[in-house]
Amino acid sequence: MRQIVFLATAAAAALAAGGAMAAEGETLAQVKARGVLNCGVNTGLVGFAAPDANGNWSGFDIAICKAVAAAVLGDASKVKYVPTTGQTRFTALSSGEVDVLARNSTWTFQRDTDLKLDFAGVNYYDGQGFMVRKDLGVSSAKELDGATICIQTGTSTELNLADWFRANNMTYQPVNIDSNAEGEQQYMAGACDAYTTDASGLAATRAAFADPDNHIILPEIISKEPLGPAVRHGDNNWGDIVRWVLYALISGEEYGVTSANIEELSKSSTNPDVQRMLGATDDYGAMLGLDKEWAKRAIAASGNYGEIFAANIGEQTPIGLARGLNALWTQGGLMYAMPFR
Amino acid sequence: MTPNNPADRPFRLSMLIYDRHYRSLLIQAVVFIAVMLVGWWLVNNTLTNLARMGKTLDFGFLWNRAGYDIPFSLIPYSSNDSHLRAAMVGLTNTLLVSALGCVFATVIGVVVGVLRLSGNWLVARLMTIYVETFRNVPLLLWILVILALFTEVMPAPRDYKPAADGTAKASMILFDSVAPTNRYTAIPRLAVDNDPGSVGLGGFQVDAALLAFGVALLAAWCIRRWLRDRAQLLQDTTGRRPATWWITALLFLVPLLVLSWLFQVHLVRPELKGFNFAGGLNLDNGFVVLLLALSLYTGAFIAEIVRAGVMAVSRGQSEAAAALGLRARLIMGLVVLPQALRVIVPPLISQYLNLTKNSSLAIAVGYPDLRATLGGTTLNQTGREMESMIVMMGIYLAISLVISGVMNVYNARVTLKER
Repeated sequence: MRQIVFLATAAAAALAAGGAMAAEGETLAQVKARGVLNCGVNTGLVGFAAPDANGNWSGFDIAICKAVAAAVLGDASKVKYVPTTGQTRFTALSSGEVDVLARNSTWTFQRDTDLKLDFAGVNYYDGQGFMVRKDLGVSSAKELDGATICIQTGTSTELNLADWFRANNMTYQPVNIDSNAEGEQQYMAGACDAYTTDASGLAATRAAFADPDNHIILPEIISKEPLGPAVRHGDNNWGDIVRWVLYALISGEEYGVTSANIEELSKSSTNPDVQRMLGATDDYGAMLGLDKEWAKRAIAASGNYGEIFAANIGEQTPIGLARGLNALWTQGGLMYAMPFR
Repeated sequence: MTPNNPADRPFRLSMLIYDRHYRSLLIQAVVFIAVMLVGWWLVNNTLTNLARMGKTLDFGFLWNRAGYDIPFSLIPYSSNDSHLRAAMVGLTNTLLVSALGCVFATVIGVVVGVLRLSGNWLVARLMTIYVETFRNVPLLLWILVILALFTEVMPAPRDYKPAADGTAKASMILFDSVAPTNRYTAIPRLAVDNDPGSVGLGGFQVDAALLAFGVALLAAWCIRRWLRDRAQLLQDTTGRRPATWWITALLFLVPLLVLSWLFQVHLVRPELKGFNFAGGLNLDNGFVVLLLALSLYTGAFIAEIVRAGVMAVSRGQSEAAAALGLRARLIMGLVVLPQALRVIVPPLISQYLNLTKNSSLAIAVGYPDLRATLGGTTLNQTGREMESMIVMMGIYLAISLVISGVMNVYNARVTLKER
């Protein structure tokens, strides 16, 4: 009996420690007190979030973590990267294990409402696609009737897949996998005919193959997958910080503020938008609970949105993604930052 | 003389500490209150924290559309069905692999346990090696090793497709009827040409042909029982036992043949159609691997239990039976085994329970059991962790209690009769 009481007490203590919630302004205070930003990222997706041989993380999503850390803590390296799978990511966020989730997560109705998440914005407009071996002789997703398909469980793509095949009166055999690495291995071993996830993820996965030329990404995009950083419901201040850091990065590209010229522009720029954003005239940082130069540091961390895109997943990288929908609104894309005013 | 009955003694407060009767009552009361408080605090803490996260305990999601597909299902299921239905699919899959696993593990365990006692040095040592290797390596590793063997060694389905020169990388085995692949093993399937359709039975649609075979077998079995009892009666009164084996054989064979002919039962071979084999039955590798690993792993434990049970029967028993002129088979069946079962059954219950719970490792091979549907995809897609876990724990608890209840009844039947 004594043992049971002990165990129950231990379990209760563990439970109490795990409880977390988000109240206005609390996340910012916690992060500042901790001195480190806990950022939930992918377990490994080259170009978006992947550690190198020395354990240093880099990628498109990692740049968001760095920008937030730079804005809040003044140091882009003060980030603890918490790798999460499709299954664990939202629990990690809502339990307070991570402060912000930058992990190729699709902004959906149910996640926004029922899962009590707040998406700060969209940093990549994506869609779900299929990758197959070239020698399979398939040129369209419509030819995949009866195929075995590898799919990451717990993702929005899993539901899209079921809906799309049902809508097209086709059948398939799902192989549920837990992470991109496992999917890669199963796909390479031939345990599935096709691998499906966000088209950007497919491009990144293919870039890591030894023989990328033997695999093709089918032309059909079967869903809308707006990916963006997410925070918990309830702490609007923290949500604002992440949202405006993202807008600062996008505005940076729009106004031509790069990591190279930012020091100079913060003093010499005559553009009132840039002056406000970089804290040269107004103190917008105070409205967020930050200091004057928050946006300057965020952009300086790894450059503006365009720089981050080009360095991690752009056409000059092995992943080779075109800007497409992710170009600025001034260039026919959907990237549009709200005004700094 | 101090009265022994505590009620006769006048109660004083100090008796709560110094009197054994009242002290034990006090301790029980304190512990009971403490456990209740801890339990209340646990529940309260959980609910409070859920409320602070903006979540309530709500099981309504079980009736929402699941929206995802399940690769292996015994009952009809589509992505339009509810999460509850998906959980039922997972439950039936768990029960299937557990039930088959218990049967195979028992067969393996009994055979290996007896062989380990064999006088044949080589056989006994081989069995020792089997038991020790499987018992001493974690089950998950066995599952992963066997899975790796299946996925890396077996050919992909499209390797069976003949290339331009007419040769294929892989060919089917057993008269072109079985195709092992890295996804599943395609085996022939029984099909009926003269399909009688299905009949509604208590809300379920049951295949009429299957039902007919079931009824025929059940009838044959009942008649056989009656025949055996009559033969026993004749033997007891006249001393002569009439031969019944050929009647028994006819009882089972004739209806089977007649029904098979009536329904035009035949084998359908799997054929490569498009990406995968179709026509036959595709035994999913996840299922086969899990079943194999569970059976071999638990079989090793059962082998030791069986060995212990047999060794617990004193040697004098079998010697006495031999002295009475019983043959070895009868000694085992009438003397040793009934006594050994008393020792075997209680630990066997634990092994069955272990196997059932271990079946939740299905997640490692992608077999959609209860843990993978309700505790995996449903949990993820709905974000209802607490509710899914509570339901899942309740279901596993119920399964375990049923197994343990049934086995306890069986144990009571084989246990030593003390009169």
